[in-house]
Amino acid sequence: MKKKAYTVSLLVNNKPDVLSRVSGTLGGRGYNIESLCVNTTMDPEISKIVLTTISNKTSVIQIKKQLDKLVDVRKTSVLTNGNATEREMALIKMNVTEENISEIRKAIDTLKCRIVFMGANCCILEATGRQDEIETALNYLKPMGIEDIARTGTIALGRK
Amino acid sequence: MELTGSQIFIKSLEEEGVDVIFGYPGGAVIDIYDEFHKSNFRHILVRHEQGAAHAADGYARSSGKVGVCIVTSGPGATNTVTGIATAYMDSIPIVVFTGQVPTSFIGTDAFQEADITGITRPCTKHNFLVRRVEDLAVTIKEAFHIARSGRPGPVLVDLPKDVMQSVTEYKPVTRISSTVSTYRPAIRVSQILDPISKAKRPLIFSGGGVILGGASDELREFAQNVNIPVTSTLMGLGAFPGTDPLWLGMPGMHGTYYANMAISHCDLMIAIGVRFDDRVTGTIDTFAPHAKIIHIDIDPATIDKNIKADVSIVSDCKSALQLINESLRNSQFTIPEGQYDDWFKQISTWKAEEPLSYHQDDKIIKPQFVIEKLYELTKGDAIITTEVGQNQMWAAQFYKFDHPNTFLSSGGLGTMGYGFPAAIGAQVAFPDKLVVDIAGDGSIQMNIQEMATAVQYNLPVKIVLLNNGYLGMVRQWQELFYKKRYSQTDIILQPDFVRLAEAYGAVGLKATKPEEVEPILRQGLFTPKTVIMDFHVSREEGVYPMVKPGSSLSEMELLTREMIN
Repeated sequence: MKKKAYTVSLLVNNKPDVLSRVSGTLGGRGYNIESLCVNTTMDPEISKIVLTTISNKTSVIQIKKQLDKLVDVRKTSVLTNGNATEREMALIKMNVTEENISEIRKAIDTLKCRIVFMGANCCILEATGRQDEIETALNYLKPMGIEDIARTGTIALGRK
Repeated sequence: MELTGSQIFIKSLEEEGVDVIFGYPGGAVIDIYDEFHKSNFRHILVRHEQGAAHAADGYARSSGKVGVCIVTSGPGATNTVTGIATAYMDSIPIVVFTGQVPTSFIGTDAFQEADITGITRPCTKHNFLVRRVEDLAVTIKEAFHIARSGRPGPVLVDLPKDVMQSVTEYKPVTRISSTVSTYRPAIRVSQILDPISKAKRPLIFSGGGVILGGASDELREFAQNVNIPVTSTLMGLGAFPGTDPLWLGMPGMHGTYYANMAISHCDLMIAIGVRFDDRVTGTIDTFAPHAKIIHIDIDPATIDKNIKADVSIVSDCKSALQLINESLRNSQFTIPEGQYDDWFKQISTWKAEEPLSYHQDDKIIKPQFVIEKLYELTKGDAIITTEVGQNQMWAAQFYKFDHPNTFLSSGGLGTMGYGFPAAIGAQVAFPDKLVVDIAGDGSIQMNIQEMATAVQYNLPVKIVLLNNGYLGMVRQWQELFYKKRYSQTDIILQPDFVRLAEAYGAVGLKATKPEEVEPILRQGLFTPKTVIMDFHVSREEGVYPMVKPGSSLSEMELLTREMIN
């Protein structure tokens, strides 16, 4: 069966060991977590976990069912491109020289990034967008000298 | 009223109706043990913590109630892990209480500290670390609720020493917050009855879920009303009477030929409370290849996990079968006369072609013979536990189980050393019943220390030891698939089991000739004490028939004794 990326969104009790229960359930059954985001919701007792996994339809249904069995999991939804808005964010540290500064500025306009820190020899850019947009930005900036990056996992919100 | 954690612990157990706890004391639980002493709570002192977990499991499987055990921190806790995993694989409701170092020491690698909630996360239904005495009572309430509700399973509660010493206001807990995933049985009975009315070769395939759901009577009513043959997994033995004409025996790797043929040829399979384990299905692709499959199970995750169902019903077995039976009673549902005639004829042919069999000569005891005699003498009125391996398969093949909760065996995890402590647990639950552990000489030694427990509490558990001096099942595989290279399966040194029994203050009996089997069984079963009956059986007897690993059920290996002789 064809494999593709699935985004799974969970509402869980905000307790110390819940994340390991979720990741352990996937890992123990042989499913890899490609990316992961966790934070509290408007209700501080409930956290939202958004994870992505490369899987097929049968497996992702099994993943959902297994996660639903965890006592601390309140709700599991499988989100797809069609029914959800997905975003990632990256912080990108660039070496700044007299030669590349204008090139970087141009890139920022094209890529809709923004500068969140400017130092003497380096700057930090912030990029948000779909996963493919982040990939595009990184590829575009790569020749200009990326020093380091930090990327979040995907966050997603169902549209219904 | 102000109580310490330890006092709340006892109160909470009483609230849950717990009448006995299996355990082993230690530094981290010493305060709780002090309360056991003061309150005269019934506690069975095992000799190894693994024994405590298995005894709680045996208590649960035989009685249908939640089994409870308590151990200390660190090694006490880690010693229960095999018992917890055993219960997890077979969905058995037990609650395991573990001591823990004081909360201020957690994470410091303190003496006898182990991260037991971390260690048992993958093999418990849920676990808790209680950090505040205020949370204790509600946590215990939740633990019991989780263990017994939905698809049951083991729950572990970790109790730091200082929490148990702290004092708080106690009142019995009436409400809990835990949300165990619930289901609403959404059954359209026609989904089941329509296929039955159309089927030519229907088969009921039932499992442990029927026993766990207390649905044995409903299963019997259903099968007999629709007149459909029944096969059950190892975990489901006893849910349908082993003496009923519709009974086909167990399917799978060491199942009966006719059960496997029925699966391979049926056109409708009604699977109730099963999870399609690999030991049952053989290769998945060729399992029940001609059948429309109806799958009833309480756990949505078992639906379509291994076998795709044509009709799936998420429900406990009892509710589902009650609805179906009710509909059968009220409707004009009939199966056209003679519709299954060819099917029953075919099954009879299979049964006649290849019944379960063995040949008992007058020289060497055959293990199957011992089990058949045990069945004859007990008339099926006993709780049978098994260890794991050949002893387990022969027990499943040759003992006829007529009642649920009377066959206790580690099906999923396959835990050697399970049977004896489980028998102790069952005997504690049913002091007046005959409880027999069918054992091998390998597995019995894995928890032999529990002899002391059995004798101390006057538990008249009987051990029927099928002693072939081998780790027999592995030896059988080595014979079949490794050119008889018996690597480390020949047990060269063995204790004298008769003297071993006597050393513990139990009774030891031995039989070496076929004519001694019945007298020794009679003597052993009617001695009101813990007894080891040591049967020296044919060393290289194999369990047959057999589906080779990686084969289809329809390719069942029919060569049996001829392969050996």
